[in-house]
Amino acid sequence: MLRYILGRLLTFIPTFIGVTIVSFGFIRVLPGDPIIVMAGERGMDQERYNELMNQYGFNDPLLVQFWDYLTGVLQGDLGQSFVTKRPVWDEFFALFPATLELSICAIILAVMLGIPAGVIAAVNRGKFFDRALMSTALVGYSMPIFWWALLMIIVFSGTLGWTPVSGRIDLLYYFDNTTGFMLIDSLLSGQDGAFLSAVRHLILPSIVLATIPLAVIARQTRSAMLEVLSEDYIRTARAKGLRPIRINGLHALRNAMIPVITVIGLSVGTLLAGAILTETIFSWPGIGKWMVDSIYRRDYPVVQGGLLLIAVMVMVVNLTVDLLYGLINPKIRKR
Amino acid sequence: MTDAATPTETAETATAQPPRRLAEFWKYFRENRGAVIGLYVFAVFVVVAIFANLLAPYDPTQQFRQFTLIPPAWQEGGNWQFPLGTDPLGRDLLSRLLHGARFSFFVGIVVVVVSATGGILVGLLAGFAPRWLDTIIMRIMDIILAFPSLLLALVLVAILGPTLLNAMIAIALVLQPHYVRLTRASVINERTKDYVVSARVAGAGLGRLMFITVLPNCLAPIIVQAALSFSTAILDAAALGFLGMGAQPPTPEWGTMLADGREFILRAWWVVTFPGLAILVTVLAINLMGDGLRDALDPKLKRS
Repeated sequence: MLRYILGRLLTFIPTFIGVTIVSFGFIRVLPGDPIIVMAGERGMDQERYNELMNQYGFNDPLLVQFWDYLTGVLQGDLGQSFVTKRPVWDEFFALFPATLELSICAIILAVMLGIPAGVIAAVNRGKFFDRALMSTALVGYSMPIFWWALLMIIVFSGTLGWTPVSGRIDLLYYFDNTTGFMLIDSLLSGQDGAFLSAVRHLILPSIVLATIPLAVIARQTRSAMLEVLSEDYIRTARAKGLRPIRINGLHALRNAMIPVITVIGLSVGTLLAGAILTETIFSWPGIGKWMVDSIYRRDYPVVQGGLLLIAVMVMVVNLTVDLLYGLINPKIRKR
Repeated sequence: MTDAATPTETAETATAQPPRRLAEFWKYFRENRGAVIGLYVFAVFVVVAIFANLLAPYDPTQQFRQFTLIPPAWQEGGNWQFPLGTDPLGRDLLSRLLHGARFSFFVGIVVVVVSATGGILVGLLAGFAPRWLDTIIMRIMDIILAFPSLLLALVLVAILGPTLLNAMIAIALVLQPHYVRLTRASVINERTKDYVVSARVAGAGLGRLMFITVLPNCLAPIIVQAALSFSTAILDAAALGFLGMGAQPPTPEWGTMLADGREFILRAWWVVTFPGLAILVTVLAINLMGDGLRDALDPKLKRS
């Protein structure tokens, strides 16, 4: 087991360095001079230009620049935003809870609906329920979620007027940002209706963000269940006369969960990509919207730093999933 | 005498081989009703994409200024002159949608061809290469896969400049590692089999070994992946267009059309509903086809 963990960690390091090279290279392959871009339309004189070139180290050899960048990254220094002049690291972690809150709600929704749907479909293989659920799942899987979000807004915010269109909470409420999670903060504040407002703002974005993971989880649960249901020990359980609920729910589902958990872990990348679109449409102040806005504003240090942090996060989650998978399934370790 | 008969016999079976395999494939593919429906819808999509300029009643950029935001014909205030209504600039929505098929089809084809060709070549190389080169190639692929695909495509387009061509390049680059992984995995699986060893012993060169001996036997998962990445390409290109980082207005690309109509969603539902529906139906049809392809090509599921 130790060898498996070490081996897996060893592949992490070169990938990490590669990812830093990509984000380091990003600002250097851009057409145009980053300092000129930073100066914006006003421009700057030669003296100030040289000063900034030296300050940002653009005059050093490339290897020295990369070394400075890498050591900076490891110490949490990702540079400053051109626009707000605040450190990229601070901005990222100030906005991250918003994305995390949305993603957690989405994944809970996806799991709570996706796993039962997959189980029901597998148990009723080939029958009406199976076909109906799997057709729906395929539609969800093929959904352009930016369009799905607009449809939801038309129906639930426009026609029915049930939910707000954007933001995390009504402007009526104001309270301290203790945890960064609006659901918890609004409860802590004790203001009437604050929590409800936060929930109402969260519903549509969560549904939209959950759509694709939900479809993937339902499909994966179904195929894993089908595989397990054909095993001998299930036949034994049936022969013993156990009730179907017990067989399907306890015996089969437990073993079918292994691939499903992997899929859930690996959907973090999908969630972050989905967050870019979902947050942009619902004006959700998370890192997805932050990245898109920074790309529009040509705020390159933010794009560079955000890209790196997101990639590292995805890598860490994938690594954890792999390690957990090795822990649950000993067959994997021997490879 | 028998010696003379054998070659003709083998030649016959060799020529008979491809149609029979195709027939077998079709037999399995046909069993999946969804896949056949998907195939029909996809065929319609291709026809529309090719003949868009003949089918569309108007030019997609022609503006009828006195007819802005006309609802679809069956609604009150609708007009059969514009069956699906008009957009805020008075352009005929149906004509724009039909022309949009052309862009999506083009994006799908180009992305699949570019990413599959590149991915297969690199994957073959990795599968046959010495261990160190294989490791380097696969680490590079890991690096590309560490970034969420849409984000990486978005950043690449920001570097290259927002055009449809650059969006296609970015998407192809992002999708390519999947082909590398698939090809490499099947190559490694096939490489130790007897037929490959015997071909090597018989003196087949590396090129022949790669492309003629091994590659045809690795194609099944790659074809399925091609179908899936065709739909991913359409979705991602539309998402980039929607974010203003793909095709630029007035191009009648479906994602760009959605972005154009976004501010009118509460007043004119048709402006955003139809382009999205077009994306969904196309992607769904291709995914249905992909599922059917997988069932028909996956040897594990074959019952014969």
